[in-house]
Amino acid sequence: MIALAIGLTLVSAGPASASFWAPQSGGSPNADRIHTLYAVVFAVGVVIFIAVFGALVYAMVKFRARPGAVAEQLHGNTRLEIGWTAGAAGIVLILGIVTFLMLPGIRNPDNSDADGWAIPAGYQTAKDKELLPEDGKSLNIDVNGQQYAWRFTYPDADRDRQNNVQAYEEMVVPTGTTVTLDIRSSDVGHAWWIPKLGGKADALPGYTNHTWFKIPRGKEGVYVGQCAELCGRNHANMTARVRAVTPEQFTQWLASQKSSLAQAGVAADEFREQQAKNDAAAAAAQAPEAEGSETQTPEASTSSDDAESAAGAAQR
Amino acid sequence: MATVTATPIPQVVAHSVEKPMRGWVDWVTTTDHKKIGIMYLVLTFAFFGVGGVEALLIRLQLAVPDNTLLDFKTYNQLITMHGTTMVFLFVVPVMAGFGNYFVPLMIGARDMAFPKLNALSFWMLAAGGLVFYASVFFNPPECGWTCYVPLASKDYLPNGGVDAWIFLVHLTGIGSLVGSVNFYVTIANLRAPGMTWSRLPLFAWTILTYSVLLILALPAIAAAVTLLLTDRHFGTNFYDPAEGGSPLLWQHLFWFFGHPEVYIMVLPGFGIISEVLPVFARKPIFGYKAIAASTLTIAFLGLMVWAHHMFTTPSPSVVLVFFMVSSMLISIPTGIKIFSWIGTLWRGTIIFATPLLFAVGFLGTFLIGGITGVILALYPVDWQLHDTYFVVAHFHYVLMGGAVFAVFSGLYYWFPKMTGRMMDEKLGKISFWTMLIGFHVTFLVQHSIGLDGMPRRIPEYADVGNLAIYNLISTIGAFILGIGILLTAINALRSLKHGAVSGPDPWKANTLEWFTQSPPPQNNFDAVPRVRSVEPMKDIRAEIERRNNEPNPVSA
Ligand code: HEM
Ligand SMILES: [Cu+2]
Ligand SMILES: [Cu+2]
Repeated sequence: MIALAIGLTLVSAGPASASFWAPQSGGSPNADRIHTLYAVVFAVGVVIFIAVFGALVYAMVKFRARPGAVAEQLHGNTRLEIGWTAGAAGIVLILGIVTFLMLPGIRNPDNSDADGWAIPAGYQTAKDKELLPEDGKSLNIDVNGQQYAWRFTYPDADRDRQNNVQAYEEMVVPTGTTVTLDIRSSDVGHAWWIPKLGGKADALPGYTNHTWFKIPRGKEGVYVGQCAELCGRNHANMTARVRAVTPEQFTQWLASQKSSLAQAGVAADEFREQQAKNDAAAAAAQAPEAEGSETQTPEASTSSDDAESAAGAAQR
Repeated sequence: MATVTATPIPQVVAHSVEKPMRGWVDWVTTTDHKKIGIMYLVLTFAFFGVGGVEALLIRLQLAVPDNTLLDFKTYNQLITMHGTTMVFLFVVPVMAGFGNYFVPLMIGARDMAFPKLNALSFWMLAAGGLVFYASVFFNPPECGWTCYVPLASKDYLPNGGVDAWIFLVHLTGIGSLVGSVNFYVTIANLRAPGMTWSRLPLFAWTILTYSVLLILALPAIAAAVTLLLTDRHFGTNFYDPAEGGSPLLWQHLFWFFGHPEVYIMVLPGFGIISEVLPVFARKPIFGYKAIAASTLTIAFLGLMVWAHHMFTTPSPSVVLVFFMVSSMLISIPTGIKIFSWIGTLWRGTIIFATPLLFAVGFLGTFLIGGITGVILALYPVDWQLHDTYFVVAHFHYVLMGGAVFAVFSGLYYWFPKMTGRMMDEKLGKISFWTMLIGFHVTFLVQHSIGLDGMPRRIPEYADVGNLAIYNLISTIGAFILGIGILLTAINALRSLKHGAVSGPDPWKANTLEWFTQSPPPQNNFDAVPRVRSVEPMKDIRAEIERRNNEPNPVSA
């Protein structure tokens, strides 16, 4: 069975994006472990299918009505019936055991690698310990779903949530580092899903959901996904991207975001003073960002990120 | 007292009053379970056609990447109408249609226990369908058949579509509740002499279970949609987190109904299969008691698995583990059924008539749906598969390939009883193979579509991975499937006039409905035979044979 699973994995190792028989993986250990668990159940399923379907086909061929053939007037066979009930129960039991063995590795975040991004001590969140890696250290990003875009809020060392770095559509993360996500929604239900980075987590208003991923060093690149819960007419266009960069690049990116945020903050303060009277109206006009965007892959260059962060800051 | 020697029998002098034929008035005023059954079947198959056209439109839109055939709003309306129609207006009530027509006949009753309530059930269904489809002229709902809040709240979908959906749920729900009580009372009280519980036909067992499940599950969704209605129109905030409500409450209430609903849809299908296989294998059902018991076990477990539709919601691990384990357990009684059906075919003499083909097509297809069900039940795995086309494939394997194939098997099997004429075998076989091939071409590849990263309920997708080719295959399959279904529709309509006359028992079947004429007279039976086994007709045929072979037939 295991051999079959491994064999299938090798056979279908072809083009990276196309998944024929198993979920996507390769971007994060939890996605890889889900893939393995799936492969085991799938292999068991294939064996069961072949056995049962084989019996069915055999019966259809062997026991078709022929002249002279007489049907055996049989009402049951208690020993056989107990046997297959026990067999089915045994298979379910084995699948259950395998699942429980693999569950912690999928659910609980791994520790970051030694060469991952060094998370500043002040960044720790007051998160439930179970949702953090064993060493208690992760880059915890706040993910907010709204019709029809994702907003990412990065942690920082102070308690003021207003001056945090934010990004829309594209989340930039360091490789080798465990990223934990707090997933929320500010309107209807959405679902966060980047297939190669693991499973989905629904974003529901009034709740905070959690998931995690850790992109290995050397697998820098862009990982794409899209909202997986019907959230309205533009649901299909609610895409999400994770751009994995090296820890060094991430340090730079974060610093540049912060400095432009600070500049934008100064500019925004001036702006706010000038517009003090009709502030509310002006802010409202800037709000609906993603609504009209028809493009599948919004090119989130650094400058447009800046503009958005600035707009976000200006709103407050 | 001593003077009374004979039981007094009330004597009614019958003079038959010729009722003038009034055509359709007869139909709309009828309380005859057979006519009501026919009306159920005609109406639900009509809705099947409508839902099918909606499905083809959906598949057309998805045939190629970035298609612009339908706009997003129309697309969301179509998926909502398709899902709602198939669930509430086709699969659930079509089972009530067969149940209405055949349960009284199978148990040797002259009608349902409450004939007038029976008519009420049907008309509630019709009213629900009417209200729902009336929204086509205004604004059909756009929230999917699950109508999750907050999307379905007045803030996001203020127009009347969601309200039409709510009324559909209420009206069809009342109809189903009334009908279920009726089935229950009928089966409990009107069985033929000698028909003990262990001689009840398996189809009647499943209709009984269907009724109990409906009675238990419907109040949850009735409550859920009532809360939604008051949230939408009367200022309550049951589902609004900003006011202390909870969108998860909706999901729990919905799925507390929604999962039993899937067994409500498929269990009567199991019943049809359990009737058809023994007749065409010319062999008794293998493990009658195990099959009946697994029906009850599935229903019981089916009430305890609802949150496996909510594995990705913010819910505590213990909850997820509980629902994972209960969902996995369900595969055991399901397995018992599949094995027993194969056991029924084993060492039989299988006659490949169309009802049997559909039953075997059901077996193979349902097997795949059951296996993918276990895969989905492992919640870490479901985190990847949930809300993708993998799930769409899974539930079409169990509903379309499972329940609907069983319905078609039942249609070919019972059509002669209902109309007195046989359906055409050749056309039936062509239709079966077209449907089987079309079905698997459509849905097998959808597993891969989901694994390739395509969520469900999206009107357009980018040309990444193999999505373009997979989706095109699926769309082509859908049209093949459509043609197959159309062939059966043509077959049924043609056979009404041109089919061979069937006589009372064309299949040499086992249960009491074949004891009477085809179609049965108004009172079903002039005399109800005493039942001595699960297969009364077999006993009766054997008895006739024995008497014919007696050297000196004793005159009765
Ligand atoms: C072996 C038995 C089965 C198991 C373990 C099972 C398991 C599951 C699970 C876990 C899901 C949720 C998947 C998700 O949304 O991520 C699901 C969905 C579904 N199943 Fe099954 N299933 C089984 C049989 C059936 C049967 C017999 C039917 C109906 C006749 C059915 C109909 C459905 C439907 C309609 C959905 C999707 C509902 C929706 O989200 O719209 N399943 N099943
Ligand atoms: Cu969405
Ligand atoms: Cu379910």
